[in-house]
Amino acid sequence: MTLGFYPGCSLKGSSREYAESVLALAKAFNIDIEEIEDWNCCGATAAHNMNKELSLALPARILSLAEKQGLHEIVVPCAACYSRLTVTKHELAKDQELTKKVISTNGLDYKGTVEVLNIIQMLDKYVTPNLEGRVVKPFDHKVACYYGCLLVRPHEILKFDREEDPQSMDELMLKAGATPIDWAFKTECCGAGLSVARTSSVGRLSGKIIRDAVDRGAEAIIVACPMCHSNLDMRRGAINSFLGEKIDIPVLYATQALGLAVGLDRRVLGLHRHFVTVTV
Amino acid sequence: MSSNPHISTISGLANEVLEHTEVKVTHCYQCGKCSAGCPLSEEMDYPPSVIMRMLQTGNPELEEKVLRSFSIWVCLTCEMCFARCPMSIDIPKMMDFLREKSIKEKKANKKAKEIIAFHKSFLDSIQYTGRLYEIGLLADYKTRTLKILDDMDLAPKMIKRGKLNIIPELIKDRSGVASIFRKTIKKNKN
Repeated sequence: MTLGFYPGCSLKGSSREYAESVLALAKAFNIDIEEIEDWNCCGATAAHNMNKELSLALPARILSLAEKQGLHEIVVPCAACYSRLTVTKHELAKDQELTKKVISTNGLDYKGTVEVLNIIQMLDKYVTPNLEGRVVKPFDHKVACYYGCLLVRPHEILKFDREEDPQSMDELMLKAGATPIDWAFKTECCGAGLSVARTSSVGRLSGKIIRDAVDRGAEAIIVACPMCHSNLDMRRGAINSFLGEKIDIPVLYATQALGLAVGLDRRVLGLHRHFVTVTV
Repeated sequence: MSSNPHISTISGLANEVLEHTEVKVTHCYQCGKCSAGCPLSEEMDYPPSVIMRMLQTGNPELEEKVLRSFSIWVCLTCEMCFARCPMSIDIPKMMDFLREKSIKEKKANKKAKEIIAFHKSFLDSIQYTGRLYEIGLLADYKTRTLKILDDMDLAPKMIKRGKLNIIPELIKDRSGVASIFRKTIKKNKN
């Protein structure tokens, strides 16, 4: 069965190494993956902060296009996009009137039949069952698995992992040969969409995350969201000025760490694109 | 109205929240877990549990303060309050409603100018190209806020690492996406 792929805007721009590592893993594990044609932005934080109808219509268009393309399952590596698509599916499933309204706004048919997988669910389904004998370069480092907010909350809708002490990424990293640490900031917010408008808030929130990971001996932080990554990696200036010292712990996507473990090339995985040099 | 001042009646804004979001502010018993866990509460004018209490009173002056608060804009919808609420009150969903109403009624807090400018620049970018054009977003945001020098060091570093597209990604059905905007967020505007 073909797995649909919704990259979202970040993965085509500031977080293209996330897309590169997802696609490199898909290739290495013979996953038949196909991008949704002519997809649009999910609307992100801006849409749901400003207008509810818009925040449902934009993700619904994406799901409609996937249906039209004959896809039954899509992977959405960005945790924020995953949240918007899953919340939209949930809201429309429980309200037929709202669904009719969205269909008339978008001018596209919508049945709600497409399964939406986050990156961990995709890896658990298509990669880890075939991992035996493939881990040629174990990612032998202490790692802090950072889930952020939108991968796990709200549980009522996502029904994925535990809301404050999730385990799925830790288990994945164990399989990659890493040693996940126990720490307190697994699901604390990085500052997300305030990155540009209130960079100092991001420095404070992401700074606390970095501080705890380092204090507990982590050698790398592992993430599954481009917003988390760009705040922890590209905003290291604001973070370091909040912390009052220069901390250079690298931040890797789960797909990059797993990719390294199965022997994929560092450049193919896009590690050279990070602001903080990946020394692990 | 109830004659017992200790029983809060659902009035005004609390009732609107209920009708539009099914969120029952009356269920809050002020345990304060939302405010304790909120990563932004120290930057807010009123932490989430205080917003809940202000709405419970049904006092129009306090409701007005909620709509004009900075809190509703600095809230990141991280969903921690909802996760920890013993009464499962969906505070983030309520915040979305309050933000939309605050904008519609032109009551947005002045301190939130940059945050709102960012949202507007973001949505404008999608409306025209279907996908986010990061350079366009930043240029538009700088024009709106006159924060010309912010993040000037970031762009060259991003370009060097192949993280910024110089040319926007244009989807084919741009008119379809533009039409979604016209039928939703822009429907009451000329």
